[in-house]
Amino acid sequence: MSAFLALLSRDLRLAVRQGGALGTALGFYMLVVTLLPLGLGADLNLLSRIAPGVLWIALLLAALLSLGRVFSSDYEDGTLDVLATGRLPMELVVGAKALAHWISTGIPLALMAPVLGLLLNLELSAYPLLFGTMLAGTPAISFIGAVGAALTLRAYRGGLLIALLVLPLYVPTLIFGMAAINGLLGASGTMSAFLILIALSLASVVLCPLAAAAALRLQMQ
Amino acid sequence: MQQGYLLASAGLPVVHLRFSAQPLRSFSMTQTLTQRLANPTRFMELSASVLPWVAGAAALVIGYGLYLSFFVAPPDYLQGETARIMFIHVPCAWLSMAVYAIIAMSSFGLLVFRHPLADVSAKAAVPLGAAFTFLALVTGSLWGRPTWGTYWVWDARLTSVLILFFLYLGLMALRSSIEDEALASKLTAILALVGIVMLPIIKFSVNFGNTLHQPASVIRAGGPTIDTALLVPLLVMAVGFTLMFVAMHLKAMRNEIMRRRVKALQLAEVERAQASQLAAAE
Amino acid sequence: MQLVAENLTLERGARRIANGVSFVLESGTALLLTGPNGSGKSTLLRALAGYLRPSEGTVKVRGENGAFEGSSESGEVAEVCHFVGHLDGIKTHLTVKENLAFWATYLAGPADAKQSTAHRVEDALEQFALDALAEIPAGYLSAGQKRRLGLARLAVAKRPIWLLDEPTVSLDVASVKVLTDAIDAHLKAGGMAVIATHLPMELASVRSMQLGRAQVPA
Repeated sequence: MSAFLALLSRDLRLAVRQGGALGTALGFYMLVVTLLPLGLGADLNLLSRIAPGVLWIALLLAALLSLGRVFSSDYEDGTLDVLATGRLPMELVVGAKALAHWISTGIPLALMAPVLGLLLNLELSAYPLLFGTMLAGTPAISFIGAVGAALTLRAYRGGLLIALLVLPLYVPTLIFGMAAINGLLGASGTMSAFLILIALSLASVVLCPLAAAAALRLQMQ
Repeated sequence: MQQGYLLASAGLPVVHLRFSAQPLRSFSMTQTLTQRLANPTRFMELSASVLPWVAGAAALVIGYGLYLSFFVAPPDYLQGETARIMFIHVPCAWLSMAVYAIIAMSSFGLLVFRHPLADVSAKAAVPLGAAFTFLALVTGSLWGRPTWGTYWVWDARLTSVLILFFLYLGLMALRSSIEDEALASKLTAILALVGIVMLPIIKFSVNFGNTLHQPASVIRAGGPTIDTALLVPLLVMAVGFTLMFVAMHLKAMRNEIMRRRVKALQLAEVERAQASQLAAAE
Repeated sequence: MQLVAENLTLERGARRIANGVSFVLESGTALLLTGPNGSGKSTLLRALAGYLRPSEGTVKVRGENGAFEGSSESGEVAEVCHFVGHLDGIKTHLTVKENLAFWATYLAGPADAKQSTAHRVEDALEQFALDALAEIPAGYLSAGQKRRLGLARLAVAKRPIWLLDEPTVSLDVASVKVLTDAIDAHLKAGGMAVIATHLPMELASVRSMQLGRAQVPA
């Protein structure tokens, strides 16, 4: 457990020290959300209707941008080799790193979403829901993304490739994230989509490290 | 040099070396059919004799199916002649899913049992699956234009087939962007297995999102109720297309095995040249 | 304790790197792997650490009485060894001390329970003459200092097997002395080391094994 926490806190500390990754992701997030009204026209009614979807899709893209480095920096400087000689199974190494990504990127992006909602004329009542559903959905984004990052560790054209591999796998997260907001905002206030979203995140937390660890082990040969 | 060895040295774990370098033992009765087929040399012999028959049968069945589709089946009373596209569309859609299942099984075989042919099978099947999925999408969209009045509808079924197509593209892209072929095979196999776990979830989510946004939509989930007059040609076409896939898959596997043998020979050539250069220097 | 390699055959891609390598390494001895570039020294070390799965043969650890204690396949060898490869495994944004403190926690085993993490880090800093640099971000270090920081990992957690790949690269004479002293002390305490090297190393108890050039798969 102490090894897991040591790795988690080291990754978080690195994320804070390096800073650039989070800044880039947040900047990208803001930019995509700014471009959409410019492309779609500034009809406030239309914007407020599509705001949750726009914010979710832009969040997926922004998170994707920062995922590429999850394992590659440790692979390039030899850290991954040493991490593999620890007592911590590779699955938990992946878990710690994906968790660090969620805390250092997923949560800030989710926090940023309501602020960007202002630009899209999102109803004020929707803010807590938007943030809540994103908080519930972003673990799936980090953990599914970790599989993509692990698979593309030694691939050339990594950045584009990871998008092609991971975005189709994000479809359920996107759909249930949107359905959760609509369900909770709707007259009936149904929770089912929100609960499925949480289940999806929990399942990714458990299952994705298995695939990512297998991929990493193969590439350390 | 033994042919079986060439395959093993072309990037498959050498555990098979011992197995495939002894073709005589592979005839023993203790081995299962899959084990016997897993021997590349044996596979090449077997597939060479089976392939023409499968290809011929595919041509005959598809020919008969096309005859039934165009001349025997009655035009749909609502959709008219356009409904005939179904006889191409449905077999393609069926294969788009069946081929992914084959890829997933082959990937499992590679990762768990390390069958030397499992990877060849997975690699050969991916472009074929992508092609059938693409055809299913194109024919579906052509069929949709006169029926629904638009080329594309964000119907649950179409959407999930489109995402399936993206999964195929991902498999091809991942394999082609990793230099080490043995590594590329195993990583692609992991991705294929992740895909097969995700597919039902994607399908479920797309259905969920769909019923939420457009309940009681234009399209009925079951499609038009199928009359036997339409069902028979459809089944014949499905069998024909499946046979065609089997023939193409076998051919693609044979090509892949031969490509690996050529590569192994070239690598051996490089090594030998290097060795003789060194010997000359000493 | 013994480190046993039995009939290892190693392959990378389609190339066969090593063919039928066997050795038994006893407690208190070091094995020097020598041979020209491409003779498979690094590959053999990676196989011993369990990163590379041998196509044939096994790597095992045996206890005092010859009892089986673990194999590389199940990761048990990795857990009792330190691996220092070509890359130092240093995070440039962390200070020298933070780098070592992380490894001291991460790599710690039951044998390290007696000493606190901070204590082990202090000892390692002193042993590898890094105490003056402790609070400096590792990114500012010279190549030789980075190498020493990478090697200082050996001292933050007690592990019986050291796998070192060209450890003397970019070290000056004084630092090489520090390293050989550390290895000698480790051997004296009953440890083992497998060292891939171009240069001869003066160690108390050492055997060497010459690896040939890569075999032609025939």
